[in-house]
Amino acid sequence: MSFDPELAEIRFGTGLGPAARPVADAGAMLDRLNRQDDAARKFEISGFDAQIADMREARLISKQVRQGSEAAKEQQQNLRNKMRQLQAEWFAATIARFSDSPDGMRERLTRFWADHFTIVGRRPATRPLAAIFVEDAIRPNLTGRFGDMLKAAATHAMMLDYLDQFQSVGEGSVVAENQGKGLNENLSREILELHTLGVDGPYDQSDVREFANLLAGFTYDQEGNVTYKPRRGSPGAETILGRSYGAKRPRLKDVHAALDDLATHPATAHHIATKLAVHFVSDQPDPALVAHMEAAFSTSNGNLMTVYAAMLEHPASWDLPLRKVKQPFDYMASSLRALGTSGKEISGLKQRDLRAGLANPMALMGQVWERPPGPDGWAEDGAHWITPQGLAARIQWALTVPLSLQQKLRGELPDPRDFARTALGGLADDQVLLAAQAAETRWEGVGLVLSAPAFQRR
Amino acid sequence: MSKHMKLNRRNFLLKSGALGCSLAASPLVTPIAMAAAPGDNRLVVIILRGAMDGLDVVRPVGDPHFAALRPGLNQGDDALPLDGFFALHPSLTDLHPLWAKGELAFAHAVSTPYRDKRSHFDGQDILEAGIGADGRIRDGWLNRALAGMTNSEMRTAFAVGREDLLVLSGAAQVSHWSPNSVLTLSPQSRLLLANMYRDTPLFSASMSEAIALAETLDAGGDAEDYGDVREAMMQSTQAGQRGGVEEIAEFTAAQLLEETRIASFSITGWDTHSGQRGALTRALGELQKAIMTLRRDLGQVWQNTTVLAMTEFGRTARENGSGGTDHGTAGALVLAGGAVRGGKVYGDWPGLDELDLYQARDLMPTGDLRAYAGAALTGLFGTSRSALETRVFPGLDISEPPAIIR
Repeated sequence: MSFDPELAEIRFGTGLGPAARPVADAGAMLDRLNRQDDAARKFEISGFDAQIADMREARLISKQVRQGSEAAKEQQQNLRNKMRQLQAEWFAATIARFSDSPDGMRERLTRFWADHFTIVGRRPATRPLAAIFVEDAIRPNLTGRFGDMLKAAATHAMMLDYLDQFQSVGEGSVVAENQGKGLNENLSREILELHTLGVDGPYDQSDVREFANLLAGFTYDQEGNVTYKPRRGSPGAETILGRSYGAKRPRLKDVHAALDDLATHPATAHHIATKLAVHFVSDQPDPALVAHMEAAFSTSNGNLMTVYAAMLEHPASWDLPLRKVKQPFDYMASSLRALGTSGKEISGLKQRDLRAGLANPMALMGQVWERPPGPDGWAEDGAHWITPQGLAARIQWALTVPLSLQQKLRGELPDPRDFARTALGGLADDQVLLAAQAAETRWEGVGLVLSAPAFQRR
Repeated sequence: MSKHMKLNRRNFLLKSGALGCSLAASPLVTPIAMAAAPGDNRLVVIILRGAMDGLDVVRPVGDPHFAALRPGLNQGDDALPLDGFFALHPSLTDLHPLWAKGELAFAHAVSTPYRDKRSHFDGQDILEAGIGADGRIRDGWLNRALAGMTNSEMRTAFAVGREDLLVLSGAAQVSHWSPNSVLTLSPQSRLLLANMYRDTPLFSASMSEAIALAETLDAGGDAEDYGDVREAMMQSTQAGQRGGVEEIAEFTAAQLLEETRIASFSITGWDTHSGQRGALTRALGELQKAIMTLRRDLGQVWQNTTVLAMTEFGRTARENGSGGTDHGTAGALVLAGGAVRGGKVYGDWPGLDELDLYQARDLMPTGDLRAYAGAALTGLFGTSRSALETRVFPGLDISEPPAIIR
């Protein structure tokens, strides 16, 4: 098989829809990634800096609550409501981008890399900041070198918080000696296991320990700004994968050198190529596809555009039938795109409707927005999602929410027979077309098309 | 699901598609037959994801080196007395009385064969697959145990919750459902869905199980109009807001009071790299709630019940620099239930002297936690030693099974 415009949008983009014209060729698909990020400007998610005041306030208030202030309790509740509202708005913005954008691959890559560098906001005040992490560390680095994204993501305040790095102090450091604090291995281990080399990579416990000592020094200040403090770093050199980093005095540039080396390590090339192929193409990707992408990663020193190009040019990327099961978020967002729900309509939904129609059903499908189960992110395996309870939740959603949304937006559902063609193009098979035609009502016809394996897969 | 069942179900679907609108004849809407389940004993396996710190939950306060390893973590709170040498985490006040009643036990210094890389995700896979560290089996030990049981029916084993539990997945047929899940369809939609799914085993198998379970669990059923489906959906998502462990345990107990004999679910929140005092108290609160809810709802059946709560590995013997612990090796297994020989901490204590630690950092594993799971299977369901050593836990030597079941 080779490039096909409809399959390109379904497999590598956010799907087909009445307003979307499928991309002409792989070159155009890649080219769109290099242009400016219109979707981010249209549906804005504010940057980290804008939230610093809220975080400062949250800290002050929680201090007052601990001291027993009733007024502070009310303020705390108000702030939590504000955070919930922000999280809902940014959830809507993320779906709106999926639904509207002519540059669907950018949205898909954003979700992929956000999952690769999974973080969770651990407190009510930081919960919505997961979206900001994606906006700050992931989205601007989609098309650069993997090492640049690694440095941005692994040392972002939200990552330092999620994986406890901000509390880690190097062995023998000034702070360890004076304050009795010490090392925490969490971030070091997950960078090696999840972000770079992969669990089968050539590292052991000693590398974890040494790398943790090298990373010590990274923390953030009261404002949430990431800083590197030599007083927290471990003095002397650290040996990671047989290479020595650092000198007598801890320096930021030594940490960056180690991250750069990890980013271009052959095990990392293999790990990243495999993950991309698994995410976009198949739970069991063709080894030739992985090898092709791995070679592109290695020869370009982790230039991500080169890796994406290698993925799009390989024939195994265009194999049919569709095999990958869409995760619940992608399933719902691509449904809305197929239904022609505009980004503006989605971002205009009230928080209550977003919860009832999208966030809560998504949880029943097994995916709670911005709450992945662990730093390894969401499962890729189709069998993980298409369980009896997971499939039931998808079908119930497909039958009910499209109509209730249209009622709210004063639109109407399309004719199911047309809808099958809009949503699936040439991939609409006889069974889907039969269901669309034989359904007793319009809402059921649309729901059945969205429940079809051909639509739940990509 | 066995191969045999899969074929049968596929035939169901083919037939129901071919039958067109003769719904009454469709096996898809016929409640599944309930045959005698294998015996009266119940087993609940709770997977504790994130690596529970066994040394903080079941504290070896009698070990002369313990206090020095945990200068900040375990000081100044009142651990609950067990046998004099071990004491229980102070937050487990509801669970503690079960010790005196003989319904609570632990195994200490136990682990799976997983070593050295200390990855949660590989560690959990090996825990649930029940295999050696280098194996790559993609089904769960509890499923393989089930495959050897006679009279095993669709609802004999139940995976509860929104996730797909590896420990119960495999060839033997198992039910999967989550409290508050519903499936409400018009007869026509049901047939059209079956027709769409018939060539896609992943979808057709889940669909027929969902329909059968929705029917027997009273979670949906036939819809006449949009209002019916919408109403079911609203109730489901609203009720799903609760979504906590108590609800999971209530649902599990309800199944165990019916045909179900084996059930599994998971509890997360054990990865306490920092702020362990608060974080572990929260996670233990969930475990305690799960066990106490099972005990409350099971009533008399609790006497025939064994709960095993197991985790992928333990945590470092020393506390780390941020009031927590990092990934370790051996840890503790929690056993509860009226069928358990309680009031005892099982296992061989390796000691906490520097030289006794594994790689000078972790509690040394002296027992394989699969031996305890195997002993539970033998005690509750009569699983033979050879079945355990060859099929359920291939390669495990279980020549001296711990006597944990009454």
